[in-house]
Amino acid sequence: MNPETTSPASAPGVAKAPTAKIIGVGGAGLQAVQHMARCGVGEAALAVIHTDARLLGESTITDKLLLGSQLTRGLKVGEPELGRALAEAEAHRLRHLCEGADLVIVVAGLGGSTASGAAPVLARVARENGALVLALVALPFAFEGRRRQQQAQAALAQLRTAADAVICLPNQKVSTLIDEKTSLPEAMQIIDDLLAQGVRGLLRLVKRGGLLNVDFADLCHVVRGRQAESYFATAEAAGETRAREVVERLVRHPLLDDGRLLAEADAVLVSLNGGPGLSLKEVNQVMEQINRLAENAQVIMGATIDPALADRLAVTLVAARRPAPEPIAARAPAASEEAEPPASEFPTRDVELGAARFGDVPAPRMAQRYVPPPPDLTPEEAQRLLGGRRRGIAGPRSKSKPQQGVLPLEVVSKGRFAKSEPTVHRGEDLDTPTYIRRGMALN
Amino acid sequence: MFDPEPQLVVGLEIGTSKVCAVVGELGAEGTLSIIGLGQARSRGVRKGEIVDTAAAAEDVRTAIAEAEQMADVEIRSVFLGVSGAHLQGCDNRGRHNIPSHDREIMDEDVQDVVRNAKAINLPADRHVIHVIRQHFIVDGQEGIIKPVGMSGAHMEVDVHVVHGITNRLQTPIRVVKSLQLEVENIVFNGVASSLAVLTAAEKERGALVIDLGAGITEYAVYADGIIRHTGTLAVGGDHVTNDLAYGLKVAMGRAETLKIEHGAALAGPEVKGRTVALPSDLGLPERVVNLEHLRRIMSARIEETFEIIAAELESAGLLECLRAGAVLCGGGARVPEIDKLAERVLGVPVALGRTKTINGLVATLDQPEFATGIGLVKFGSFQTQRPRGPRWAVGIRKKLGALGTVLRRG
Repeated sequence: MNPETTSPASAPGVAKAPTAKIIGVGGAGLQAVQHMARCGVGEAALAVIHTDARLLGESTITDKLLLGSQLTRGLKVGEPELGRALAEAEAHRLRHLCEGADLVIVVAGLGGSTASGAAPVLARVARENGALVLALVALPFAFEGRRRQQQAQAALAQLRTAADAVICLPNQKVSTLIDEKTSLPEAMQIIDDLLAQGVRGLLRLVKRGGLLNVDFADLCHVVRGRQAESYFATAEAAGETRAREVVERLVRHPLLDDGRLLAEADAVLVSLNGGPGLSLKEVNQVMEQINRLAENAQVIMGATIDPALADRLAVTLVAARRPAPEPIAARAPAASEEAEPPASEFPTRDVELGAARFGDVPAPRMAQRYVPPPPDLTPEEAQRLLGGRRRGIAGPRSKSKPQQGVLPLEVVSKGRFAKSEPTVHRGEDLDTPTYIRRGMALN
Repeated sequence: MFDPEPQLVVGLEIGTSKVCAVVGELGAEGTLSIIGLGQARSRGVRKGEIVDTAAAAEDVRTAIAEAEQMADVEIRSVFLGVSGAHLQGCDNRGRHNIPSHDREIMDEDVQDVVRNAKAINLPADRHVIHVIRQHFIVDGQEGIIKPVGMSGAHMEVDVHVVHGITNRLQTPIRVVKSLQLEVENIVFNGVASSLAVLTAAEKERGALVIDLGAGITEYAVYADGIIRHTGTLAVGGDHVTNDLAYGLKVAMGRAETLKIEHGAALAGPEVKGRTVALPSDLGLPERVVNLEHLRRIMSARIEETFEIIAAELESAGLLECLRAGAVLCGGGARVPEIDKLAERVLGVPVALGRTKTINGLVATLDQPEFATGIGLVKFGSFQTQRPRGPRWAVGIRKKLGALGTVLRRG
C-alpha cells in the first residue's frame, strides 16, 4: 500500500505549508493516532505501524504498515531487538511511509516491544529522508515493571540520537493528573488525549498563521539537532485573570515537574491560542511570566486566534533541555537575534517537491542533508547519558539558577566507640556527638 | 579479742574508668564499717562491659591487692557489681491462693507467692539478677508490706526483676574467678549505688539515683521504700570526652584533661568568647580552645542523657513520685553545675550523693565515684547478716550457698 501524503500541490515558489505526518508506532501509538483521527488534529496525514495484524486490521487509519508479516505472521513480537530488526529489514517501506513529509511526528508508547524497537528506526529513516522528526512518546507507568522501564529508557536513548526532538509524556506523572476514581480506559483516554493535544499544539504552532507567527523554521530551530528531551504541557484558563491563571497552571503542571523543567530548559516554545478577544496585554502578561521562569532559555512564541476557543486562553508549551553538557552559551545569544535560521537548516523543499512528483514508484530519494548515523554508544556511555537524565543533572546551563548544593553527609567518626556496640536509643545513635545530631553550630 | 571474728564483705566494681574494691567489716552487732579500699585504672572495659579480659583481670588483681594491703585482710570472695546496656528492669506479679482453712497467711505462702512472681517468662539467654519484692496485695488490697498473719483468700506480690544476657554476665564472673576469688553474688550497679546514697527516709518519699559512670549511666527509682524502676543507658563520661575530642579536634587524652579542668554542665553567658590554652608538651605549638564550644558540647551531651532518663521515667509515670528529688553519683557527678542542669531537666530538686550511711573511712570514701563500691558492700552485708547461729553452722551454710551459686551459674 502506498502511503499517500497530503501532496504539496501548490506551485513552486509560492510558500507552502509544510506537510506533516503523524505516525503511530506500536499499540499505544496506534491508539493515540486513532484518537487523533477521531478528534482531528488538522491537516496532518496519519499513519500507523504495528507488528500485530489483528490490531492493525481493526484500525480505521487507512495508511497502515505491518512489520514482519512474513517473519511473525502478524503476531506480535516479544523483544525490542526483534522489533528493531523487523523495522531495519523493512526500512525501505518505512522510508516510503514518511516520504514527502517535512515534519514527521512519531507517536509511540515506549516500553513495549514494537515501539521500543521500531520507533528509533523509523525516526532515523525519516530523518534521513530530510524530515524534521519529533518523537512524542509516552513512558510506562511505574507499575508496569522494571523491565519495561528499562526497555523504555533504552529506547528513549536511541530515539534521542535518532530524532530531532523527543517529547516525553511520562505516564507516571500523568497519573498525578488523574483523580483516583478514574477508570483505566478513561485514564488511557486521557493519555491519548494528552498526546493528541501535544500534536495539535505543535501543528497549530506550525500551520496556523497567527498574529505573532511562529513557523516551521522556528520549530526547526528550537528542536533540530539538539537531540533534546522535551516536555510539553498545555493549560487553559478563562475569565478576567486568565493570563495569570494560565501561567500558574502551567507552572504547577506535573508534566513540567512543577515548573522545574522550565527553569532548566534551554529552549521553550510557547503557543498562545485564544479567542478573538485575546488582547496584547494578555499576551504580554503571559510571555513576561514565562520569560521570567525560563530565564536562560531561548523562548519562541506564537499566538493564534481560534474562534472556537471563545473566551478561553490556551497555552501550549514545549520545553527542551539538552542532556549533554554542551556549551550553549555561545549559541544562545546569536540565536536570539536570528530572525531566520541558517539556510542549511531549512528543508530544501524544491528537491522534495520534485521528488514527490515523480510517479508513484517509491524511488529512493537522496537525503537532503547529511545525517550522521546514530553514534554507537558503548553501554557505559549510554548508561552515563541515561543515568544523567534520571538523576536530573542538568548541564552547565543550570548555573543561572543559584541552587543550594547539598554536601554529602559528614562522616562522623565515633572515635573511641567506633568498635563497640552502638548505643541506639529511639533510632538515634547516641555514640555520635549530641551537638552534631542536634545540629548545634559551633562558629 | 574474744569477739567472734568479724565478717568481711568485699564489693568489687569493674567500671569503665576504674576498678574499685571496697572492703567492709561486719561487726558482731551488724554494724558495717569500711576498712579498706583499692582501686586501679581500668583498661579493658567499654560502656560498662569487659572487652579485654586479660587487661580487666590484671586491673582487678591490682585493685584487690591494694584493698587487701590497706585493710590487712585476705579477700576470698566478693560481691560483684555488673552493668551493661543489656541489663533491663521489668515488673512482674505473682499470685497465690491461701489454702489454709482459716485463711491466715503464713511464711510459706509468702515464699510461694514470691516464687510464683519469679517465674517470669524470659528468653532463654537471659539471666535474672535481682527479684526485688515490692508490695503485697491481699484480696485486692494494695500496698501491704508484711502480709504474714493477715487473712485473705488470694495473695499477690509485685516484684521488680532485673535481668541481663547470661553470657555477658558470665564474662566478669569468669574474670574474677580466674583470680581465685569467689563471687558471692552479682549485683546490678544501679541498685548498689542507690543503697549507698539513699537514706531510708528518702526511699520512702521517693527518689531517683543516677549513677553517671564513665561508660554507662545507671538509674534506679525508689518510691514508698521499694525499688520501682531500674535502667541503664550506655552513655557516660567517655561520651563527653569523645564529643569534645571530635568537636574541638584534640586527642582523647587532651579532651579528658580539658573536661576535668574546664568542663561544666552549663554553658553560661560568662564563657562567651573565652578561650583556654592547651598546655603544650613535646614542643608542640600551643593551641587555644574555645571555652564556649567546650561547654556547649558537654552541656548538650549531659542534657541529652538526663532528657532520655526523664522521658523514660515520664513514660513509666514515675516522675511525680520523686518527692525527695534526685541524687547524682558516679564520676559524672563531679561535673560543675551538673545538679543545676539535672534540676532543670528533671524538674525535681537534685543533690549530689553522699555515702553518709556507713561508718569507717568517711573522709576518703565520701566521693561520688565510690558509691557503687560501698553500695556493693552494703548489699553484701544484708546477705551476710541473715544466717545467724553458731559459727560452724554459718560456715557450712555459706559453703553450701557458694556451692549453690556455682551450680546455678554453671
